[in-house]
Amino acid sequence: MYKGGRIIASLIVFVAVLAFPFFYNLGKANAGPVINVPSGTQCVEPVAYMRANHMQLLNQWRDEYVRQGKTVYVNSQGKSFNINIDTCLQCHYSNSATSSSPAATHPAVSTTGASNPAATTEASNSVVNPSDQFCVTCHKYASVEPTCWSCHNLPEGANQ
Amino acid sequence: MSINRRQFLKRAGVVTALGLGSSFATIGIGDRLASAASEYEEAPNADKIKHWAMVVDMSKFKTEEDINRVIQSCDKIHNIPQMDSSKDEIKWIWYDDYEHTFADSENEYLDETMKKMPFIVMCNHCENPACVRACPTGATFKREDGIVTMDFHRCIGCRFCMGACPFGARSFNFRDPRPFIKDFNPNFPTRTQGVVEKCLGCYERLEKGEQPACAEASNGGLIFGDLSDQNSEVYKIVSTKFTIRRKTQFGTQPNVYYLVGGGDHA
Repeated sequence: MYKGGRIIASLIVFVAVLAFPFFYNLGKANAGPVINVPSGTQCVEPVAYMRANHMQLLNQWRDEYVRQGKTVYVNSQGKSFNINIDTCLQCHYSNSATSSSPAATHPAVSTTGASNPAATTEASNSVVNPSDQFCVTCHKYASVEPTCWSCHNLPEGANQ
Repeated sequence: MSINRRQFLKRAGVVTALGLGSSFATIGIGDRLASAASEYEEAPNADKIKHWAMVVDMSKFKTEEDINRVIQSCDKIHNIPQMDSSKDEIKWIWYDDYEHTFADSENEYLDETMKKMPFIVMCNHCENPACVRACPTGATFKREDGIVTMDFHRCIGCRFCMGACPFGARSFNFRDPRPFIKDFNPNFPTRTQGVVEKCLGCYERLEKGEQPACAEASNGGLIFGDLSDQNSEVYKIVSTKFTIRRKTQFGTQPNVYYLVGGGDHA
């Protein structure tokens, strides 16, 4: 092969550069989101449904509330909920300063089974840390950036 | 092994039918998952009105204090920022003089007290709202109870509604309003930079069976009610007393009535 040695050497270098991210992250566990909700409770709909459709449900809630003036959601089990983002925050935004530490009472579970130690220890701090909150940690994991909090308020004006 | 044309077409037909059938089946399952058996209900003690209307009894607004109390109560409840320049100003309820409130009926020999009287002004929640026609996204719309309201999620900040509204009842958030909110109310959302906002008719208070914030703070100066209800106070005043409305020549049918004459109403 004409100049075969150089071609093969450059090919090896090229493949090495291309595969660098793969080897760089090899062995590092992909920690899932920290879901620190009280165990034994159910969201407004079953978990599987919420996981797949919570964004559609939120849009439905918004349209029914803002346009039709409907303020109460009756779920598939006949239970009623106020249509309000605060209904979500009651469980999904746990203020570790006031309630008991969610990390201590409800071991953090994640979808992948591996817990993120950094986030769970932060949860026991006395200061509310938005980064350890359910929606934040999940959306961060999924690389989604919803803009809810540019208008809606976190509990006790934490966003002010 | 070889197949003839007829056999080939038959088998291809069977395979296509199977493929289509299974895709319909999976779509059907997906649909059922996407719409959990659920329903939506109205607030249990909501004030069910059909025609939002307000009467401004000018005899009750004697001093600046009377007016400021009303404005401040709205500002506080709805997280309205206090901007330092008039360009950035956010207004839901404010006051103006006769000349600017009733521009079409101003005349140079008008009674001095009337000329200087501060008139409370706000969104008129028109029957035929120009802002709703102008809105290209459907963010502004008229509810069944008569409130002209906004879905801030849909507002793209084009400001067509501000140009369309004859009453200047709409304000644009040129800046992030949050740092300018003096007395923050965590129970009401703020707005964000780039959306238009306006008086929302206190929908959030009506659904709890409460009066609008301005009417409650006005000590009877602002009378709120349902114009479609002949027993309501607003209906009695509007149908028996002489009231005026702002800029009726534009045909938007405003729903804020000003009782300018005598002090005893209804």
